[in-house]
Amino acid sequence: MDDLGRMDSPIHRIDARAKIIATAAFVLAVMSFPRYEVSALMPLFAYPFALIAVGNLPAGYLLKKVAVAAPFALFVGIFNPLLDRQPMGMIGPVAISGGWFSFASIMVRFTLTVSAALALVACTGIHRLCAGLKMLGLPSPFVVQLLFLYRYFFVIGDEGLRMLRAAEMRSTGARTLAFQTYGTLIGHLLVRSMDRAQRIYRSMVSRGFDGEVRLLRREAPGWRDVAFACGWIAFFAFARSWDLAEFVGRWLSRGPS
Amino acid sequence: MHMADALISPAVGGTMWATSAGLIAWCARKVKGVCDDRLVPMMGVMGAFIFASQMINFSIPGTGSSGHLGGGLILTILLGPHAAFLAIASVLTVQALFFADGGLLALGCNVFNLGFFPAFVAYPLIYRPIAGARRAGGRAWTAAIVAAVAGLQLGAFGVVVETKLSGISELPFGTFLMVMQPIHLAIGVVEGLATAAVVEFVARVRPEAIATTPAAALGQRSLRPVLAGLLVAAALAGGGLNWFASSHPDGLEWSISKLTGKEELEGSGDGPRGPAARIQEKTAFLPDYGFRPAESKPAPAESSAGPGAGPWPAVSAGTSVSGIVGGLITLIVAGLIGYLLKRGGRTTT
Amino acid sequence: MSDPMIDITDVCFTYPDGTEALRGVSFRIGHGESVAIVGANGAGKSTLLQHLNGYLAPTRGDVRIGGQAFTRERIAEIRRSVGVVFQDPDDQLFMPTVFDDVAFGPLNLGVPPEEAERRAVASLDRVGMAHLRERPPHKLSAGEKRAVAIATVLALSPDVLVMDEPSSNLDPRGRRRLIELLATFEHTKIIASHDLELVVELCPRVIVLDGGLIVADGPTERLLSDEPLMLAHGLERPHILRHRHPH
Repeated sequence: MDDLGRMDSPIHRIDARAKIIATAAFVLAVMSFPRYEVSALMPLFAYPFALIAVGNLPAGYLLKKVAVAAPFALFVGIFNPLLDRQPMGMIGPVAISGGWFSFASIMVRFTLTVSAALALVACTGIHRLCAGLKMLGLPSPFVVQLLFLYRYFFVIGDEGLRMLRAAEMRSTGARTLAFQTYGTLIGHLLVRSMDRAQRIYRSMVSRGFDGEVRLLRREAPGWRDVAFACGWIAFFAFARSWDLAEFVGRWLSRGPS
Repeated sequence: MHMADALISPAVGGTMWATSAGLIAWCARKVKGVCDDRLVPMMGVMGAFIFASQMINFSIPGTGSSGHLGGGLILTILLGPHAAFLAIASVLTVQALFFADGGLLALGCNVFNLGFFPAFVAYPLIYRPIAGARRAGGRAWTAAIVAAVAGLQLGAFGVVVETKLSGISELPFGTFLMVMQPIHLAIGVVEGLATAAVVEFVARVRPEAIATTPAAALGQRSLRPVLAGLLVAAALAGGGLNWFASSHPDGLEWSISKLTGKEELEGSGDGPRGPAARIQEKTAFLPDYGFRPAESKPAPAESSAGPGAGPWPAVSAGTSVSGIVGGLITLIVAGLIGYLLKRGGRTTT
Repeated sequence: MSDPMIDITDVCFTYPDGTEALRGVSFRIGHGESVAIVGANGAGKSTLLQHLNGYLAPTRGDVRIGGQAFTRERIAEIRRSVGVVFQDPDDQLFMPTVFDDVAFGPLNLGVPPEEAERRAVASLDRVGMAHLRERPPHKLSAGEKRAVAIATVLALSPDVLVMDEPSSNLDPRGRRRLIELLATFEHTKIIASHDLELVVELCPRVIVLDGGLIVADGPTERLLSDEPLMLAHGLERPHILRHRHPH
């Protein structure tokens, strides 16, 4: 994800704030559709697709990440077809119940919002994203918290996996740890992490840390950024108000007759 | 128990976002006010620790399954409620953004369910009174288990309530509750055991680390008015939501239609139609092809949503057929545009 | 400038748990000198280094940098003039990108953003890592991390560079590059290290610590060739000196 965030493309160059605002509007628009809506949501795929395409992001990789996260939505959504059997539409001779519509709607919404969120991160990068959030008014301690968390996740994750490997090599091939071992291993990891926090603090203080972490990001939004946010918001409002898919469908259905 | 975007309505998601954002702002101010700069790296590293620790599992004897640390309670024990809430919120935010674990709109719900309950309810009202200053021994273990169970029960209840208020999942309230609460009882016990074991280990090998964490600096004193305020806010929000849910299936949708002066095309059949809808009907590409919007009838399943629930906007049969075709076409068009943009991008960059 | 750069007089330090880490240490280091501090683990090296930028205050004794004692008003200025490079670069590089990390110090000094950026770029250039400016630190190699960690300190234009085990975790090539880089610095240098070959190459003077006391202080080649002295304090004579002075 980091490497993606550092790439250069017209989308990457857009101000982080414009992308955050557009994505927030996108999520709200998607979620505000009525519960049985499926087809009217389709035009909204334009947003994640555009980010992925213009941003030169690897679509397959992002798709895999979306799929990994799918089971929970699937789990809760799958009850809808079982519980809501009221027929609502016909495809040829087959009656489709409302539950299937709302289930399909849940899955489409899920795919839309998750792919948009992933694309946002992938075409912005965590540090610009956080700087953008800060400029949008997110409290600075929380922004710094996000940055530190992201920075040290890799370091501590690595340390944890090394300890786990060492423990596994001395255990009898069990994939998971016995509870006793777990407490000790995680406890050790915690103590090491605390020590690390102390060393980091020391290194911050030795470079003049005074409680405030300053980020040097000077992004002045240009007309492109404003146009990006406004254009997309207008599109979302349009797609939300008029069922574009319906229009296209009707227009096509009329064709042969 | 991360909630996904697909399951919550903008009204619920937005309310929880506002609540969690308010809590974050308040905690950020508190943490800054402590004037302990050491907290900055400590919170970050502890958040990363929780993240990392979730990759490591232990086996639960006799069940064949495994568990790991959830983190809310142990962070609160180590950092105090305010710093811990920020750390939990940051973990959930990164999970939502990078691992698509829980959605963006659902983030407010998730932060509240997994952060607020352990940090501001389970820890001050259960863990501290039981454990006192003890970090090892029977009382500390009891405190951790009871507090973890309580925190997760409340969190699970939050998930159920938020899902139900959103009205997107068909799961009946009672059934969902009966599934969620017992599962989270088990998860809570595991979480409590893991928390107690790790805390005891640290208390043994590094007693000063636990004693000197700034948990004590942020007292419980200031907590009560905040809790009271939150309860009032929750009651108000709940009342507001209820009103929205009963008279307007969807707050945002309602406000949009109000703003544009146009009811939804497939909206409640007997309601007065706005002029825009009439115009739209006249200008529709093939008005005689689709079924009349008035034919749409409310799904009976909805009547269980709550007393006084009006007819939900339902998709008419006509809408759905042409809708499926159109949906596929627009999907393809969107994909095609993306493809062309990509090719264009390649040649220019 | 008759004051020595660093003047340490009879410094003692006892940790809260009762461990006596320093038991009366005194030395002076002049401007532009390069001095190594060697000693077995637990000899007190790290504790001593932490006194040089005021992170720890001596339980007894006096630490002066450029003739100045540590006072509440001066501590920020002294910390700027004494740059510390820590043993684990992961502790030193805590910001999201290399550039942010190098700019962290100057921004804390209240330098205007343009100037902070200029200094950050110049420091990265100085260590040959300008091409990494937008990289997140966790994507760097050990050698790159070390070089960037040095750049974060250079950005504060320090007078003294204090380094704790600068060559740890580096592969031979990374270590060689580091030695070449450090040799180009004209700062006053204090290097605590177990890498005695590096010490021989970079520091003409060495201070040997053991048990919180200075057991020897003098020319590197003479002290490190003194086999009995080295062995008595948990060290050994570096190979490089064996070849130079075959017996």
